[in-house]
Amino acid sequence: MSQSTRRAWLTALAGTTGLAAASRLASQYGLIPPFTNSLYAPGETLTYAAQRLITAQSMAREFSTSLISSLPVANGEPPNLPEYKKHQATGFSDWQLQVEGLVDKPGTFSMSRLKSFPSNSQITQLICEEGWSYIAQWTGVRLSRVLEQAGMRPDAKYVTYHSIEPGWLDTIDMAEALHPQTLVAYGMNGSSIPLGNGAPLRLRVPRQLGYKSIKYIHRLVVSDRLPEPNQAAGGLAFGYSWYAGI
Amino acid sequence: MPEANPRHCVLVRVTHWLTTIAFFALLVTGIELVISHPRFYWGEVGNVNTASLFDIPIPSSRAGVKTGYDYVLPDQNGWSRSLHFEAAWLVVFAALVYGIAGLINGHFRKHLLPANFSIAALLQEIRPHMRPQSRSGSYNLLQQLAYLSVIFGLFPLMIWTGLAMSPAFTSAFPLAVTVFGGHQSARTIHFFCTIALVLFVLIHVVMVIRTGLKQNLLAMTAGESRDTK
Repeated sequence: MSQSTRRAWLTALAGTTGLAAASRLASQYGLIPPFTNSLYAPGETLTYAAQRLITAQSMAREFSTSLISSLPVANGEPPNLPEYKKHQATGFSDWQLQVEGLVDKPGTFSMSRLKSFPSNSQITQLICEEGWSYIAQWTGVRLSRVLEQAGMRPDAKYVTYHSIEPGWLDTIDMAEALHPQTLVAYGMNGSSIPLGNGAPLRLRVPRQLGYKSIKYIHRLVVSDRLPEPNQAAGGLAFGYSWYAGI
Repeated sequence: MPEANPRHCVLVRVTHWLTTIAFFALLVTGIELVISHPRFYWGEVGNVNTASLFDIPIPSSRAGVKTGYDYVLPDQNGWSRSLHFEAAWLVVFAALVYGIAGLINGHFRKHLLPANFSIAALLQEIRPHMRPQSRSGSYNLLQQLAYLSVIFGLFPLMIWTGLAMSPAFTSAFPLAVTVFGGHQSARTIHFFCTIALVLFVLIHVVMVIRTGLKQNLLAMTAGESRDTK
């Protein structure tokens, strides 16, 4: 083996070992996104890893009340489901949020129980992936408090949240789920959330694009790994990336 | 055979074509993303319920945007956004390699920084430039200014305004967006930078063709020397 061949082999070996070590470290620190189309895996991994590193402690921008948009976009109709209309008729007083999966106390949270917890308000911008945006005040209970109340187990890694509208669901990692601005929101601009904006409960994830803030949520599933794509995020079927902090 | 004295060093040639690939991927996917909301605004917020700064008169891929057309284009945003960011990473890496190497090996100083800049020299350069016939070995003043403003002006501004639209990025660096006056301003500047870059590429390609397409392509690929043929 000539010296240059040996050097090439050693370089390749070091490179592979380095890559393997980097990938082990990255997955240990939660820097690898769970869902990526192989073609876009390099870009999505770089974006997710970079943003997980720089946003570890960061808070979504908040605005003054004077900047609240007077006409927030509903972007869609409320669910056309008999079950939803029944709740609508009773002012959503019997709406429940079911919590299941890796929790010690699976069960349901009533609207009044959710409102009995200390409330948090934020004036943040909802930024749609299409390019438009609006600013609104959201009031609710921190998702972290709901998870704590349900007795979330330490090995939990993801929270999937389901809309009552079939096919509308999404998943966030613990970095986002436990973030102080991630709210189970029941109020918008000082009153209940309007029908078109997600009444009565909407998961508000202000550091990610609007499609992660799912409306009409009624079920949370805590897990240590992501379920099958169709059980994790509705947008994946349409080629929408799982991570939407971008 | 590699030339002893290539017109463009290998680093310039490789980063040039990587940037070319990334540019077209970014352009096509960027157009697809704009189609989902072909309205532009100034300031922090903007949506179908607010007045726009200007609209692009094209149909949209969203039924909610009133464009005057009675049909809706197919939604291409999923793959477009993924490819847009993948290509953006490619351009950032190419720019870092090109930028750091250019500073170290003196590429910017030797080839792009005008030796004697004056308005008179600029005016003198414009007239013969309208009828380019021969090509001298080094860049002329207009080329130097064009390349410098694209490399150190438009490209960084493009990446910056792109990052300024990310809710996660601005949570860590709010100043990145507030200096532009808000999210929608950043988006609008991003759009105008695109127009400027497309104009640059069009003029660049026309000039490459008019000053000897074959020779220029060989120089930027195989690395032919400035003295050959």
